[in-house]
Amino acid sequence: MAELKVRIGSMIMKNPVMTASGTFGYGPEFEDFIDVSSLGGIIVKGTTLEHREGNPYPRMAETPSGMLNAVGLQNKGIDYFEKNIYPRILGYRTNVIINVNGSTIDDYVKLSERINNLDSIPAIELNISCPNVKMGGMIFGTNPASAREVIAAVRKVYSKTLIVKLSPNVTNIAEFALISEGEGADSVSLINTLLGMAVDVKTMKPKLSTITGGLSGPAIKPIALRMVWQVARAVKIPVIGIGGIMNTEDALEFIMAGATAVQVGTASFIEPRTAEMIVTGLEDYLAMKNFNGINDITGILNR
Amino acid sequence: MKKRIEDLIVIENRKLNEQFFVLRVSSSTTLPSILPGQFLQALVKDSPSTFLRRPLSVHDVDEATNSISILIQVAGRGTESLSRLKPGDTVNMVYPLGNSFTLPLQGEKVLLTGGGCGMAPLLYLGRKIRESGIEPVFALGFRNRERVLEHDEFKKLGTVQIATEDGSMGNRGLVTDLPVFTENKWDKVYSCGPEPMMKAIAAKCSERDILCEVSLENLMACGIGVCLCCVVQTTSGNVCSCTEGPVFNTRVLKWQS
Repeated sequence: MAELKVRIGSMIMKNPVMTASGTFGYGPEFEDFIDVSSLGGIIVKGTTLEHREGNPYPRMAETPSGMLNAVGLQNKGIDYFEKNIYPRILGYRTNVIINVNGSTIDDYVKLSERINNLDSIPAIELNISCPNVKMGGMIFGTNPASAREVIAAVRKVYSKTLIVKLSPNVTNIAEFALISEGEGADSVSLINTLLGMAVDVKTMKPKLSTITGGLSGPAIKPIALRMVWQVARAVKIPVIGIGGIMNTEDALEFIMAGATAVQVGTASFIEPRTAEMIVTGLEDYLAMKNFNGINDITGILNR
Repeated sequence: MKKRIEDLIVIENRKLNEQFFVLRVSSSTTLPSILPGQFLQALVKDSPSTFLRRPLSVHDVDEATNSISILIQVAGRGTESLSRLKPGDTVNMVYPLGNSFTLPLQGEKVLLTGGGCGMAPLLYLGRKIRESGIEPVFALGFRNRERVLEHDEFKKLGTVQIATEDGSMGNRGLVTDLPVFTENKWDKVYSCGPEPMMKAIAAKCSERDILCEVSLENLMACGIGVCLCCVVQTTSGNVCSCTEGPVFNTRVLKWQS
């Protein structure tokens, strides 16, 4: 069988298929449908130091080939995670990665320090690209100086694999990938959602309580793919591709454009088995094409 | 109960009127135990603008034929596409999802009340209550005689009072104007329908300290508690209506006007 194993920083993954933050809960939600341990990694719900209630309802609007969300990082905070979630997911034979969020640099640093002490968490994904919070989030990910500052500060306190999740809501995403690399990040993941909106013409009001929200799903895939390709050509650290991946073919497109690994997001809402199906699909593709391993096709467009 | 993803086979598509239909789908294996109030997430094929699954409440279950009935209102492209399904077609479902209504204790008197398409889960709830040896009373409200749904099915299970806005059938007015609401004997009231109606019912129950459970229909993406889109404000914060609900005791709801 072809080798699917990939490496992101010091983290080894049995295959390049991960699940995107905010689309997979903490894993147990999918246990009825798939073997969570069959995946390369799962990125759990965006976590903050403190408990957050998120934005008011309505937080979601369906759009052609996609959806807008404005959840706003609802989560129970790191204390709850450590006490109630962490013990439950210790049994997973996969990489459990925490998506780290904060309003200030100090928040990001404190949270990363806490997670550094959790032995079974091999990596964090630094979320500097959430479009649905007033403080922090995308503000860090769309300003080069702020991005540099928060990544450098977290790198000082976090010794394991550091992935930086990039915002597509910038003119030149490769600039932010280079900043991440320069400040010592082990990898960049992209893209987070694109800022969008929708209006209900019956009520003449925005469909989201926050007016704008993040667009995800196949609608954003061509944009995500283009950005992954641009970033993969600009940096040497591994790139993780995200954006509208619904099936094996989509995942292959990202890998060929330069992604070492991929994250399945919104697709899990529609077909909860998508990530597991892609693992099998990649094996089948490599076998059919007589490749020895996934590395044979990673970034093949850029060679 | 373990959730499934399964292609269910359409065995009947019964048109009730120009807007409503009952889809009966069956499993080729034994159905999991399905509780009243639970729902399914249907994948809509051949509708490019319908990206997400459609949450549909369980209207009735027939264990003998491993079939589930779903009452659907054509509200958009997704439900319009489902309305065209024919016997023999398949529809991919994730089910059973959500919590359930709390069944009454022996000897309790219960009122099941709803309106329009929202009353769909009350039929299966009524059947389970009937099976437990209690005769349910239904109070159902509709716009007019043509819009009255499943009257015969409800009558098989218990007493039915109907209200129509134009008085073309039963009492004229809203469901909350029906005589059953002046009676003071109810131990539990179950409701599903338009939100203003459920709020009015909840207020009446609260005045008399009667337990009231409602089934909510929030906009939903995943149906399994991971997207956090369908949240409802409760006394313990924002919770997912797909996993903590869709049935809620109205005392925990912080309903905003």
